[in-house]
Amino acid sequence: MATLPKPRGPLSEVLLSALVSGRTDVAYPDQGSAEDGALSLWILYELSYRGYHEVDDRLEFDPELVRLRRRLEDDLEQRLRQRWPGRPAYEAEQGFAAAFFAMIEADDGPSLARFVQRDATHDQVVELLQHRSLYHLKESDPVALTLPRLAAAPRAALAELQYDEYGGGRPERLHAHLFAEGMAAMGLDATEGGYVDEAPLEVLEQNNAMSLFGLNRRLRGASVGHLAAFEATSSLPCRKMAQGLERLGLPAEIRAYYEEHVEADAVHEQLAVRLICEPLIAAEPDTEDDVWLGAWSCLDLEARIAHRLLEQWGAA
Amino acid sequence: MSETPDVVLCPGGPMLLRGDHLVADDQGVEHRTTRPISAVCRCGKSATKPWCDGTHKVIPEKLRP
Repeated sequence: MATLPKPRGPLSEVLLSALVSGRTDVAYPDQGSAEDGALSLWILYELSYRGYHEVDDRLEFDPELVRLRRRLEDDLEQRLRQRWPGRPAYEAEQGFAAAFFAMIEADDGPSLARFVQRDATHDQVVELLQHRSLYHLKESDPVALTLPRLAAAPRAALAELQYDEYGGGRPERLHAHLFAEGMAAMGLDATEGGYVDEAPLEVLEQNNAMSLFGLNRRLRGASVGHLAAFEATSSLPCRKMAQGLERLGLPAEIRAYYEEHVEADAVHEQLAVRLICEPLIAAEPDTEDDVWLGAWSCLDLEARIAHRLLEQWGAA
Repeated sequence: MSETPDVVLCPGGPMLLRGDHLVADDQGVEHRTTRPISAVCRCGKSATKPWCDGTHKVIPEKLRP
């Protein structure tokens, strides 16, 4: 279970006291800033994962909180759709998978992994791991919510992919657990959401987008599209991360997390693109736009984090 | 529904191998699969052979399988 974060403005302040008191029928003010709104949505989403010690689990589906969640979710979805340039045109004979990998290859966003490989300091890596922990400690959980909403072929393939993410029946191999072991070996807090107070807007938004896609059945296309882009931009960057961690003499446990992903995600990217997204589009052609939306948003949200951190570190 | 193949050749990429197998690499060394699906390198450039590590994406297109 997570600990409630500190408020970052009027909305998160009112929300936090509603959650703790259980009196949710109050006026929720406008967000004081984008960060205030993103944190509030993150807090609400967390009720659907592990919850909080201080909060009644029944509040997950409290009508007032669901209303607030919808308000914040609609904002986020609108923002993601506005940023998205639209689905790329491709010839039918080229096929979805080739078009998808071409989009990934054309992505020229800044790379945090390359920075870690060559230049990052110990403190910068620590900061990055803290930000990454928000997702990596519940790795694959958002897209797991999509599983029962898919047609047979993509459902079977996603289950196969997630069996691997979740350790193939061995909890000690669960990817989120490997990351927790890495955090502990670094002397960092491995509690889920332990570093949410440090997370900048871009990190909160990246996490919220995955929950938005995973929790809403109608966005199942975006959820698996996001997964496919995430996996397809993981293998080579994870090798660079592992090399950077080795350069800095960081513990074997945290390196092991990234080394595992070099191989695992070389499998997962093929699975996600060819055996999950493509069959989903074949079964439900109306989902294709959202598959591209999810994929593009994945690349864009990561680029926003990279810009933010590299600028902060004077490395942009 | 038609039967699902156990082996899938990915254009320009690895060979997906479903299930538990013993794979002999180009040196004759045997490796046991450890995942529900494994990706076997086909471009010859992987640093973790016989498994794919995504390297096919950074080699010229004409050298990809």
